[in-house]
Amino acid sequence: MSELVALGKAGAAIRTANDAGRAAVIGYLPAGFPTYDGALDGLKALVDGGADVIELGLPYSDPVMDGVTIQRATEIALAGGVRTRDVLSTVEKLAAYSDVPVLVMTYWNPIERYGVDRFAADFAGVGGAGLITPDLIPDEGAEWIAAADKNELDKVFLVSPSSTDARIAMTTAACRGFVYATAVMGVTGARDKPSELAAPLVARVKAATELPVGVGLGISNGDQAAGVAAFADAVIVGAALVRALGDGGAAGVRALTEDLAEGVRREPRAPAER
Amino acid sequence: MSTVLPDQFGHFGRFGGRFMPEALIAPLDELTQAWREAMADPEFTGEFERMLREYIGAPSLLYDATRLSDAAGARILLKREDLNHTGAHKIRNAIGQALLTKRMGKPRVIAETGAGQHGVATATACAYLGLECVVYMGEVDTERQALNVARMRLLGAEVISVKTGSRTLKDAINEALRDWVASVDKTHYILGTAAGSHPFPAMVRDFVRGIGDEAREQSLELLGKLPDAAVASVGGGSNAIGLFTAFIPDESVKLYGIEPGGEGFETGRHAATITAGQVGVLHGARSFLLQDEDGQTIESHSISAGLDYPGVGPEHAWLAETGRASYRPITDAEAMDAFQLLSRTEGIIPAIESAHAVAGALDIARELGPEATILVNLSGRGDKDMDTAATWFGLGNKEAGRE
Repeated sequence: MSELVALGKAGAAIRTANDAGRAAVIGYLPAGFPTYDGALDGLKALVDGGADVIELGLPYSDPVMDGVTIQRATEIALAGGVRTRDVLSTVEKLAAYSDVPVLVMTYWNPIERYGVDRFAADFAGVGGAGLITPDLIPDEGAEWIAAADKNELDKVFLVSPSSTDARIAMTTAACRGFVYATAVMGVTGARDKPSELAAPLVARVKAATELPVGVGLGISNGDQAAGVAAFADAVIVGAALVRALGDGGAAGVRALTEDLAEGVRREPRAPAER
Repeated sequence: MSTVLPDQFGHFGRFGGRFMPEALIAPLDELTQAWREAMADPEFTGEFERMLREYIGAPSLLYDATRLSDAAGARILLKREDLNHTGAHKIRNAIGQALLTKRMGKPRVIAETGAGQHGVATATACAYLGLECVVYMGEVDTERQALNVARMRLLGAEVISVKTGSRTLKDAINEALRDWVASVDKTHYILGTAAGSHPFPAMVRDFVRGIGDEAREQSLELLGKLPDAAVASVGGGSNAIGLFTAFIPDESVKLYGIEPGGEGFETGRHAATITAGQVGVLHGARSFLLQDEDGQTIESHSISAGLDYPGVGPEHAWLAETGRASYRPITDAEAMDAFQLLSRTEGIIPAIESAHAVAGALDIARELGPEATILVNLSGRGDKDMDTAATWFGLGNKEAGRE
């Protein structure tokens, strides 16, 4: 019973994929890039291409966890005038378009500035599923945790190869939806080689929680997704999709998403252990 | 008033803390432990004190500025941090953290720099201690401060020009943090001011607090009593916290932080973070910061590159909120007037950062009256600012200046 609650909206979508014998695909694009409408078209292409969960980026002036691809995209979005309210309206349009859960990936200050309670209520009101918070750790997250619980929103905190087992236990206990495992010590961006740190990290996380574990950072195509799908419940792709949108528009996003969706279906896997 | 802050999680009241990627939390915990152990180890503190004495030239002089005092209408004492090796207080923090880096067994150092003073100090400390050094500097600043880029390279540091965001100090910090996330197992990040995530605000304070400790002792020796006020400029806040810390328990000593008022606070083109009074999270801590309605960081403006930062250290936010210290802006024009006044009354060319503190002290002298003794942190020397001064005053060319 408690797991049903902790799975939240994103976790339920991931487990549906896992029950079908595959890992889920989580795709990231920032709001407002290359334009407000262009971002919405890209996000719809993510849904159409087979993403199980959408990660919508809230552009921020000081994105310390992002590599150059996402930095450039969010700079363009901000220069184009995208506002927090535009992120909320993008969520609303996506929620009307499909049932795929929409999480917002956001650095903390824009939420604190909006007002944590007010954001949680407004975000839930437009059909948002939860937040991924790369610079908010549970240690500092009491206000968000309370607001998320009140509004039944997913709380996705990150774990890292450098996290101690004690921190993994504390962090996963604070999560609802899934646990975001960063595959490398580094920032977002496509990488050529698979990380050797991801599989041991996922094993440590799974020892601490029954929540699904998503792996992100550096995954850029179906082959890499297939590799990660062998040990993770969800595969998270960001910078490669941003580049695909910039280079090939919505059609580029759709093609890459289909490649990723094919990748996670390559090796049949046992239904998730509970 | 307690001086045992921050708490074990790095909070100064509601300010400070750790708003950082999880990847850096375990390394920050290790750093906190290494720093606390080092500060309790007489071998480490003894070596730090030896370096301050033999390499930096500490204690810096406390100078009775009689001609400036005549102009100000109150007695002004200058803490001569401008006489330190490399020309500013920044070297105290740089050698402290570099020594800690050696103790942690890490071979590589990264740092951010705006005007280049912290970058030069860090490159100097790394040359002295045999550490690899990489300095991130906004592209705009590498162009404005070419001489300091050359200094750092001469000292053996690699200088990386940051071309993202506003291409200034805050973006240099972002880029250094991105490097650190990927390199933390063998790299220490020598942050240049008393800001950022715990333990940086407290650790940097510990390494620079010698400014105030020395000045307090020197004041007692010179005056037989404490000064009535202590004044320092505040960008990120390291020279000010360095001066203030020793005096926080002395309630008779008024503490004044002078913020960069740029073209005037009312114009919006300034870097007076505390005066603006908006609370938020930037670069790992909750404090005051310049931000728009959506929480996006706003670019700051100041004639002083070293004060041109949209955030401020969390302990200053706490000192402001509790009322122990007060903060006020000084405009570019007021700072440049003080820059010239100090040059012509005492033959001391200050850094423009420090000129803000001198300008603030002139106002405070009028408020406190002729019996007052005001201690001013002269945090750095002005050689680096001569291009700015030459343009401002129209020196060295035929065009009329703003004198």
